Amino acid sequence: MRGTVLPICSLWRREIVRFVRQRSRLSGALAQPLAFWLLLGGGLNASFRPAGMPASTNYVTYFFPGTIALVLLFTAIFATISTVEDRREGFLQGVLVAPVPRWAIALGQAAGGTTLAVVQGMACLAIAPFLGIPLSAPAVAATGAVMTLVALALTSLGLVIAWRMDSTQGFHAIMNVILLPIWFLSGAFFPATGAPAPLRWLMTLNPLTYGVAALRRCLYLGAPAAAGNLPALGKSVAVTIAFALAAFGAAAHSANRKNPVSA
Amino acid sequence: MPDSAIQLERVCHQYGTRTALAGVTLSVRWGEIFALLGPNGSGKTTLFRILSTLLQPTSGRVSIFGHSLGQAPDAVRRHLGVVFQRPSVDGKLTVQENLLHHGYLYGMRGHALRERAAAVLARLGLAERARDRLETLSGGLQRRTELAKALLHRPPLLLLDEPSTGLDPGARRDFFQYLRQLREEEGTTIVLTTHHMEEAERCDRVAILHRGSLVSVGTPAELKARVGGDVVVLHATDPQRLRDLVRQRFGTEPALVNGTLRLERPRGHEFVREIAEAFPNEITLVTYGKPTLEDAFIRLTGHKFWGEPGNERAEP
Repeated sequence: MRGTVLPICSLWRREIVRFVRQRSRLSGALAQPLAFWLLLGGGLNASFRPAGMPASTNYVTYFFPGTIALVLLFTAIFATISTVEDRREGFLQGVLVAPVPRWAIALGQAAGGTTLAVVQGMACLAIAPFLGIPLSAPAVAATGAVMTLVALALTSLGLVIAWRMDSTQGFHAIMNVILLPIWFLSGAFFPATGAPAPLRWLMTLNPLTYGVAALRRCLYLGAPAAAGNLPALGKSVAVTIAFALAAFGAAAHSANRKNPVSA
Repeated sequence: MPDSAIQLERVCHQYGTRTALAGVTLSVRWGEIFALLGPNGSGKTTLFRILSTLLQPTSGRVSIFGHSLGQAPDAVRRHLGVVFQRPSVDGKLTVQENLLHHGYLYGMRGHALRERAAAVLARLGLAERARDRLETLSGGLQRRTELAKALLHRPPLLLLDEPSTGLDPGARRDFFQYLRQLREEEGTTIVLTTHHMEEAERCDRVAILHRGSLVSVGTPAELKARVGGDVVVLHATDPQRLRDLVRQRFGTEPALVNGTLRLERPRGHEFVREIAEAFPNEITLVTYGKPTLEDAFIRLTGHKFWGEPGNERAEP
């Protein structure tokens, strides 16, 4: 166990260092969702009133926590793509032949991806005051904690895919069929209230729904009524913790499955 | 202590229905430089992936320094230094960061790790570039960093996949020079895959792989000695016709290999004169020489390739 701390930290650190040295990634994971938010949020703002929300919540404000979830998702997707490439003919080859258990490799990667996602998500919070979301220190801390759980869940989910794929070719299909729908049906883009019944069921079953709900509730920590008609905070956090643990468990399992000899 | 560094027993590997390795039995001795020679699709890369613990054989046994690959993979991994054909260093990290990261994976740390990294970099002439990002280095220096990384934790077994890929001939010579030095000074056992004859020629022993089977193992001299005499190669406008003519006239059937006719004859120089005089119009070019490893390769695998289909697995 003790021998795995160094490799985990080293893999984690490498993700951070790489990110800092690649400016383009910053624009990819942060600017793209923000552009989405400005364009879609701004465009739809006049036409749509989110159902089940207080009258004061316009669409731009409604879409904001969803955009943070999208930032977390994009970071996870990026981590996924680079893992597939790394494993086949890159950096991970050298890691895979080292005497390091596979779960520790997955943990180092997940920790790196989660850190990057959370830092970017927190940067987005700087916009909150301009939307009339009153940020307090406890709200920021709670939001950060929830972001960490959601980011760990999404990054791990990405790793499950990455460790099972041998090329990035099929990745777009996976992204469109699995990852983006999870986000679309999480209450990030539109509320469950008033949606057709089948969509509502899907949204109830989607674990990310509770992550986005927890984000909303934490952002409005001081004024719970403003969060609207959502699952309760306790339930949302509990489901999100379970989601993160299950996703990481699956990622570690997938990494180990690719291990030719049981370590 | 086991007799051999690596012991393979009837190692098979299937990718779906395709057989990549069809029962390879082989042993590599302590401290030798051993080449796995074969063309693409011969199974050498599959064998490399098995030895480097990235792939589990479908059946058969592999033991490295007495540790079973199936039962004690981590013990095996601690003994391995691996240089992949594709870069496994991170271009965004500096040369030194790449090495330190590698050290952490092997449980090295602190002052001892830094000292060892500095020593390996100095040894490979990379000390001045230690703080440069890897992506700014030339291809040859990046390759050297790969080697530095693989050697950092002092592995008793070094595995190299097509090590001279992307190296110019001078760098290739230096590289081998260094491998030999490493073997002399640290007793490192070195196993490499290659499809370059001249690279295999520099190794102590060579295993020739063809279509997933081990065709022959021996020193380059032993393998070359399996060729019966000198090698005469004939180029002709109509090789098939010339083959018939040679058979009628000399009572020997030349092998048709890639559009040329090959014969192995003792006292080849005399034969060259005779054949040139016999068929001055049919022959466009004659080459003659002492057997090379390539001749041995053609002799050993060509028979399979061009021979009776039923005999494909019947080689010694």
